Amino acid sequence: MLPPAKPLVSTRWWMITLVLALAVAFASCRDNDAATPASPGEDGASTGLTNDAAAIAEARGLTPDDVTAALKTYVPTGQHDEYLMFSSGGHAGQVFVIGLPSMRILKSIAVFTPEPWQGWGYGSSDSMAILAEGQPNDTQEVLWGDTHHPALSETEGDYDGQFVFINDKAHARIAVIDLHDFETKQIVNNPIALSDHGGSMVTPNTDWIIEGGQYAAPLGGEYAPLSEYEAEYRGMVTFWKFDRESGRIIPEESFALELPPYWQDLCDAGKKVSEGWVFCNSINTEMATGGIEAGNPPFEAGVSQHDMDYLHVINLDKAAEVAASGQTVTINGFQVIPLETSIAENLLYFVPEPKSPHGVDVTPGGEYMVVSGKLDPHTTVYSFEKIQQAIASGQFTADPYGVPVLNFDAVLETQIELGLGPLHTQFDNQGYAYTSLFLESAVARWSLGGPYSTLHPEEPWTLVSKQPVQYNIGHLAAAEGDTVSPDGGYLVALNKWAVDRFTNVGPLLPQNFQLIDIGNTGDAMQLLYDMPMGIGEPHYAQIIKADKLDPWEVYPEVGWDPRHQMVDPNAPVVGEERVERDGNNVEIWMTAVRSHYTPENIQIKQGDHVIWHITNVERAYDATHGFSLPGYNIQMSLEAGETATFEFDATESGVFTYYCTEFCSALHLEMVGYFVIEP
Amino acid sequence: MNSKLQTFFGPRVPHEQGGTARWQYRWPTILFTAAALCLIISLFVPYWNMTLHAPQYPKGLSVWVYVNGMEGDVAEIDGLNHYIGMRPLVEAAQLEQRFSIVAISTIALLMLAAIFVHTKWAAVLALPAATVPIVFLTDMYLWLRHFGLNLDPTAPLSSSIKPFVPRVLGTGTIAQFSTTAAADWGLYLATAASLLIITGLYFHRKAYKPLVEKAVISG
Repeated sequence: MLPPAKPLVSTRWWMITLVLALAVAFASCRDNDAATPASPGEDGASTGLTNDAAAIAEARGLTPDDVTAALKTYVPTGQHDEYLMFSSGGHAGQVFVIGLPSMRILKSIAVFTPEPWQGWGYGSSDSMAILAEGQPNDTQEVLWGDTHHPALSETEGDYDGQFVFINDKAHARIAVIDLHDFETKQIVNNPIALSDHGGSMVTPNTDWIIEGGQYAAPLGGEYAPLSEYEAEYRGMVTFWKFDRESGRIIPEESFALELPPYWQDLCDAGKKVSEGWVFCNSINTEMATGGIEAGNPPFEAGVSQHDMDYLHVINLDKAAEVAASGQTVTINGFQVIPLETSIAENLLYFVPEPKSPHGVDVTPGGEYMVVSGKLDPHTTVYSFEKIQQAIASGQFTADPYGVPVLNFDAVLETQIELGLGPLHTQFDNQGYAYTSLFLESAVARWSLGGPYSTLHPEEPWTLVSKQPVQYNIGHLAAAEGDTVSPDGGYLVALNKWAVDRFTNVGPLLPQNFQLIDIGNTGDAMQLLYDMPMGIGEPHYAQIIKADKLDPWEVYPEVGWDPRHQMVDPNAPVVGEERVERDGNNVEIWMTAVRSHYTPENIQIKQGDHVIWHITNVERAYDATHGFSLPGYNIQMSLEAGETATFEFDATESGVFTYYCTEFCSALHLEMVGYFVIEP
Repeated sequence: MNSKLQTFFGPRVPHEQGGTARWQYRWPTILFTAAALCLIISLFVPYWNMTLHAPQYPKGLSVWVYVNGMEGDVAEIDGLNHYIGMRPLVEAAQLEQRFSIVAISTIALLMLAAIFVHTKWAAVLALPAATVPIVFLTDMYLWLRHFGLNLDPTAPLSSSIKPFVPRVLGTGTIAQFSTTAAADWGLYLATAASLLIITGLYFHRKAYKPLVEKAVISG
C-alpha cells in the first residue's frame, strides 16, 4: 500500500498562506492608487450662504443685486469660464481673448503689431514673413493695425471654433488666426482698397471672408485728384476665398466687386433662407468730398445730408460664378467685377436705408435684415422674401451709376422706434434682438416677429426694455449672437467711454466692457460686471461656447513649424546640435530644454551672416522658453515643441549673451549662453 | 520509449481510469494552460508604474513599465531627473528589455511542456515560469538602486539631493515630488500565473505521484 500523502496537508496550508499573503500585497498596492490625492473641489462640500457672507456684504455695502451679480460672475479658483470672447484690439492691432462670465483676459493674440512676449515681429522668421506678406506698400514698414471686427469660422452658420479672422481697417488687411495655437498664420493686404471697415465677416461655411471697404479711392492705389471723385474714386467689397484644409486665404481665387464711391460700411452674410447673399451698408451716398478749409461742409455734415443711404444687396453665389467665368478686370493683380458687369448680371441691388446707417445684421434664420441708422431713432427691418419679390418684379429706379434701387416700402418689414443713436444688433434664443444705442448709452431689447413671435411673451416688433450702460456703447456681443443658433444668457456692451467707472489712471482711459445677464424675459436684464479694457480700443467681439474649441496643449511634435503647422525637416534635434560655417555664412542648430541651450557658447566673426535655428524640445504643458539676443533686436517665444529660425548680419562686434526670457525653471537665470563676435 | 525518456516523462495515464477520476489528471493541464495565458497576456500590459506628483503638475507625471519598454511622460521625467544627475530612464535594463519577450515566452512553453511530463521533472520545467514576478521586482529594485545611488556629482542639484534608493513599491518623496510606485496589470497577471503554476504542481503531484510510485514498485 502507498503511504498516505503526508505532505499534502502542509502543502495546502502553505498554498492558503501564499494566497492570503499575495491578496494582502495586492490590496496594499491598490491602496496606493486610491491614496492619490483628490483634486481640490471634488470633496469640497457646497455650502449655502452663511452669516459670514451676509456680514461681508453688509461691511462692503453690497446690495442684494450686487451679491447676485457677484455670484453670477465669480468663477472659483481653478475653474474655467463657460464662454470665450474674441475681441478686436482696435489700434492695438491685436485680438483679445476674454473668459465669460468672469471677464478675465486670457490672452492677447499678436496680429498686426509686433508683440515681444509672443516673439511676434522680433526676428522669428515665421512672424517676420507673415508681417511682411501683409505690408501695404514697399516704401513704408507698417507695424500696427486698426482691428475692428473679428469673425469666428462657421460651419452651417454656427461657430466651429477652428479659426478667427480679423480686419485692419487702416490698411485694408485681413488676418487668419488658427485656433489650434491661437497664432496668426496669414495676413493679406487688399491690393485694390484703401481701407476696410466692413470686414471681417464669414459666409455660413466659411467659404468666403467678406471685406467691405470704407473710404472710397481710385482702386489699386492709383492717383486721382479729389475733383474727379465721382469719375475716378470707387468703393468695393472683396470676397476672399478661404481654404479650410490649408488654413489659408487664396488670393488667386478671390475677387472684388467694384462699387460706386459711397463709403461702404459693415456687411453681414445671409444665412439659412438668405444664404448665398451678402448685405452691406453704405454712407456718403452724397459723395461729399469735405474741405472745411475751403468753406465746404465738413465730412460730418456733408456725409449726413441724405435721408436715405443704400443697403447693398449682393448675390454672392452668382457673383462667384461671374468671377469664375472670367468676366473680371485685373486691378493691381486682383480680379474685380466691373460695376457695369454687376448691373448687367443682376449681382447688385440697392435698398434705401435711413439714415447714416452703421450696422446691418441678419436674423438667425436669415429672414430679416436689421439696419440701424445712427441719426434715425428707428431700427429698420427688411424682409429677405420681399427683397426677392421686389427683384423679381423688376420695378427699379436707378442710382447715378445705374445700380437698380428697390422701392423702400416694398421691401420694408417694419420699423421700430428704439431710441437715439442705434448702431448694432445681436440676437438671443428667446426671440429678442438687442440694439446698441450710442447716444442714449443703453441696450434696447426688442421682440422679433415672424417665426420668432412664439419665443417671447411680447407683441412682435416692439421695444421691450432698455438697459442703461456706461457709456457710449458701440458694438455689443451676445453669446453666439450672430449665428444661426444664438445661445442667449450673456451680452457684453462694448462701451467707448468709461468716464467715472474706474479709478482714474490719467487722461487716457480704459474702455468699459459691461457684462449683462439677458437670461430672463421681459424687462429683467441685469448689469453684472464692468471690465476695464486698458490695452487697446476694441470695436466688435464674438462670444463662443468654450467647449467648441480644442486647442493644443503643446505642439503636436517636437520641431513644429507653427506657420505651416507641420514638422520642420530642418529643425534642430537633440544630439545633432551644431554650428556650421560656409564662407561668411554661419548656420546654427540649437535646442532648448530646462535649463540650458545646446550649444551654449558660440563664437563668430564680425560681418558673418547668421542663420539660427532653435527648437524647444520640451513636451510638458506650459514649458515655454524664450530666446532673446539683446543688441540684435531678437526676442522669441518658443512653446513646447516649437522650432523657429531667425537670421541677421553680425554687424556689431563684442560680447553678447542670449538668454531665456520666459521664467522656465528654478535655474532659469542660468539658461544663458555667450555669443562672442570677434572684430 | 526508451527507459531514460520514460524515467523523465513518467507513466502515462491509465486508460482504465474514466469518468470523474480522470479529472485529477486534467487539473494540471488546465492550470498550466491558464498560467501560460496569463504570462503571454502580461507581455502586452505594463508590469509597473510610477506617478510623480508636484504642485506644478496637476495631472501628475506617469511612466508605465512593460517587460520590453516604457511609456508615458518619460521625456519629462528624464528632463527633471537631469537636475539631480540621474541617467535617462531608457538606459536602464536594456538587456532585460531586449530579451524579456523571448525569455518569458520560452519559460511559458517549458511550463506547458510540464503537462506531458509526469515525474518530478515537471516541477523543474514549470517553476521558472513562477519566478517571473519575483525576478521582475528584484531586477527593478536593483536598477532603481543603481540609478539612485549613481547620480552625476556635477548635476545642478547635486548638493541638495543626495544619492538615494527609490522605492520599488510604495510612496517616497524627492524634493517637491511625491513619487508613488505600484504594481500594474502585467505583474498581477504574472503573479496569478505563479499561483496557478504552484496550484497546478500540487494537483500534478497528487495525480501522478501514486502512478510514479506504483510504476517504481511494479518496475
